[in-house]
Amino acid sequence: MEELGAYLDDQTAPEVRLELEQHLSECPNCWVISDTTKKTIKVYKGMDPYPIPPELHNKLLSALTRITPRQTGLGPGIGTRPKH
Amino acid sequence: MGTPTPKPEPVFNETPLVLQARSGDLAAFSKLVEKYEGKIFRLARHITNNQEDAEDILQETFLKAYEHLDAFQGNSKFYTWIVRIAVNESLMKLRKRKSDRSVSLDEQIDTGEDVIAREIAVWEDNPEDRYSQQELREILDEAIASLPPIFRSVFVLRDIEELSSEETAQMLDLTVPAVKSRLLRARLKLREKLTRFFKRKGDDIFDYL
Repeated sequence: MEELGAYLDDQTAPEVRLELEQHLSECPNCWVISDTTKKTIKVYKGMDPYPIPPELHNKLLSALTRITPRQTGLGPGIGTRPKH
Repeated sequence: MGTPTPKPEPVFNETPLVLQARSGDLAAFSKLVEKYEGKIFRLARHITNNQEDAEDILQETFLKAYEHLDAFQGNSKFYTWIVRIAVNESLMKLRKRKSDRSVSLDEQIDTGEDVIAREIAVWEDNPEDRYSQQELREILDEAIASLPPIFRSVFVLRDIEELSSEETAQMLDLTVPAVKSRLLRARLKLREKLTRFFKRKGDDIFDYL
C-alpha cells in the first residue's frame, strides 16, 4: 500500500516502479484501483475555487479598512537579514 | 555597455504588492485578497465542513494577515503563509465544535484494510465531463465532507492546495509518514465514494474480489 502512495505521487524508485507497473498490467483489480485513484486526484485538482459571494467580499474589504498594519520596524523585512 | 537586462519573471510576483500593503496600502492588499480569497474560502469550507465557519475564517485570515504583515518574512510564499493562518483558524473552529459534536483531529484512525476497494469498476476517461460544474462541485464536496476531519485536512492541503508533505505535516502537527498514510487512505476513500458517479456506464461492478 505504501508503494501505491509513492507511485501516485511519482516518487517510486525506478525498479519498484517497473515492478508495480508489471503487476498493474496483470492484475485488473489493482489496475482499476490505481487508475480510478489517479482520476480522483485529477478531478479534484481540476476544480476551480469557489466563487466568493460579492457581499462576503465586500464585507471583508470594509473590515480591512478598519485595520492598520503593524509597523514594528523591528521585524525582519522581506529580503533583509533577521537581526540577532 | 551591452549588459543584458534580466528577463522579467514570468510568474506572478507578489513581493511588491506585499511590501506596499505592509506600509498600509490597502489597494495593494486588496489585489492579494482577490487573488487568493477563493482558495482560502474553499480550504476553510472543506476543513470545517461548515459555511458560516468558512466565512468567519476567510475574514479572520485576511484581517490577521494584513495586521501582521510585518511578521511575514518572505522566505515562504505569501500564499503558504496565509494558508497557515487559515489552517490554524480552521482547526480552532473544529476544536471549538468538538464539545457539541464528535469532531476530533486526533481520533483513532482505523488501520484495517477493510475500507479499501469494495467497489472495483472502471471509470470513464474524463468522468467529470458527465456532469455540470455545479453538479460536479456538489459530488466532490459531498465526498470530502464524508471523510473524518484529519483525512479531509490532509487531502485538501496535499491534493487541492498542492502543498508538500512536509508543509502539510508542519501545519497539521503530524509526521511526514502520518501525512502520507492519511493521504493515501483519503484518496482511496474518495475513490470509493466517487465510483458510483464516475464508473463507466453499462459496466457492472466486478465482484470477484
